[in-house]
Amino acid sequence: MPLPEAEICLTVNGQVVRKRVEPRQHLVDFLREALDLTGSHLGCEHGVCGACTVRVDGRIVRGCLMLAVQADGRSVETIEGVSDSGELADLQHAFHQRNALQCGFCTPGMLLCAGELLATSPSATREEIREHISGNYCRCTGYQAIVDAIETTLASRRATAGASEA
Amino acid sequence: MKPSAFDYVRVASVEEALAHLTELGDRARLIAGGQTLMATLNMRLSAPELLVDISRIPGLSGIRLNGSTVTIGALTTHREIERSPLVAQHLPLLAQAAPQIAHAAIRNSGTIGGSVAFADPAAEWPACCVALDATIVIQGPAGGRRVRARTFFRNLYETDLTPTDILVAIEFPVTPLARRSVFLELSRRRGDYAIVGLALLARPAEGLLHEVALAYVGAGPVPMLARQAMAALEGRAPAASVMQAARAALAHDLQPGSDLYTSAATRQHLAGVLLDRAVTQLLSGGAAPHAIA
Repeated sequence: MPLPEAEICLTVNGQVVRKRVEPRQHLVDFLREALDLTGSHLGCEHGVCGACTVRVDGRIVRGCLMLAVQADGRSVETIEGVSDSGELADLQHAFHQRNALQCGFCTPGMLLCAGELLATSPSATREEIREHISGNYCRCTGYQAIVDAIETTLASRRATAGASEA
Repeated sequence: MKPSAFDYVRVASVEEALAHLTELGDRARLIAGGQTLMATLNMRLSAPELLVDISRIPGLSGIRLNGSTVTIGALTTHREIERSPLVAQHLPLLAQAAPQIAHAAIRNSGTIGGSVAFADPAAEWPACCVALDATIVIQGPAGGRRVRARTFFRNLYETDLTPTDILVAIEFPVTPLARRSVFLELSRRRGDYAIVGLALLARPAEGLLHEVALAYVGAGPVPMLARQAMAALEGRAPAASVMQAARAALAHDLQPGSDLYTSAATRQHLAGVLLDRAVTQLLSGGAAPHAIA
């Protein structure tokens, strides 16, 4: 018996994509295997590690806890698209400056997760940063530096916003 | 791991979903936010023939105030509840509990209906429903029915829902202005399932506690309403002897289990520790419904 398939049409990093998928394929496997977007990583595959974090309709989600068929008609953004747009360039620079990555496996998910905090909580404290990234594991134990990098970026964005208002 | 193969249908109405459930029974599974089901599919703990995606059924999402009842649609996400001004105003317990559910990315997708239907006794919403004496609204092939949360949860992962039912909404009585709430939990790491947690509501007046409701997370096969501890606190000032009696009553109210990390005895002890903390917090403020500005 042939495996069931479904046709989906979605936007990925601004481009319309139309593909046939098996319903059982989750979003990150679809992005990595059908679209060669390998920046989204697959770690635990049951929603614990956060390495597969992507954006769907502007909100971060676990890419391993969503089926590709469920993304039909949605707008998906991955680290590739967000890097190209420059939206998180300052955060990526701060990660580099603060040595906030070692092996880099968690980094794409960590950046997208932190990006949501930058967008929604410009005056987040270190405690709130820790709370917000609590669902993203870094097994190189780089949390201190990651919190530093996010905090630095929040502060520089506040300074820029303050300067533009003045 | 990868899920085993299944077919998938996205439905546009509750009736359409019910037709699939009626045809296939427990060989079909509903998916909404998928934040529990997807993990069990990936681990092949669940292998349905058909996944019925109800996530885009119009009208099953949203938070509405109608008289003295707040109705939350089954597809409303944890994040929407966390950020809802209506919830903060009328159901502060839910606003207190929401940030303790998993992590931001999971709260963006997971739904209150999914959490309550799955009925994990370690989850936050089932205990909140029991503490607030909410009503679960269910649609089945024979029509709709309403079931009190206090009788909805029957045993571990077992509820009033049959394989051909859909949970469509939850109705919460508005918390009166004078009634305060506290939600606390202990977990090993942020966002983990709680070792034990509680939802406490009471109306403090001149140092006495009235209309006490106390429900526990992770302290039995279902969200546990602590009736004897509630009775021990009702109408009394929480002096040391009263608190001691309430903690002792928890031994009758709760049936905590053991796991790799925490023994039943430790959970029972921590339930009492949390009760002390919760009563102290409630008397020093807690969260109150807002007066309407």
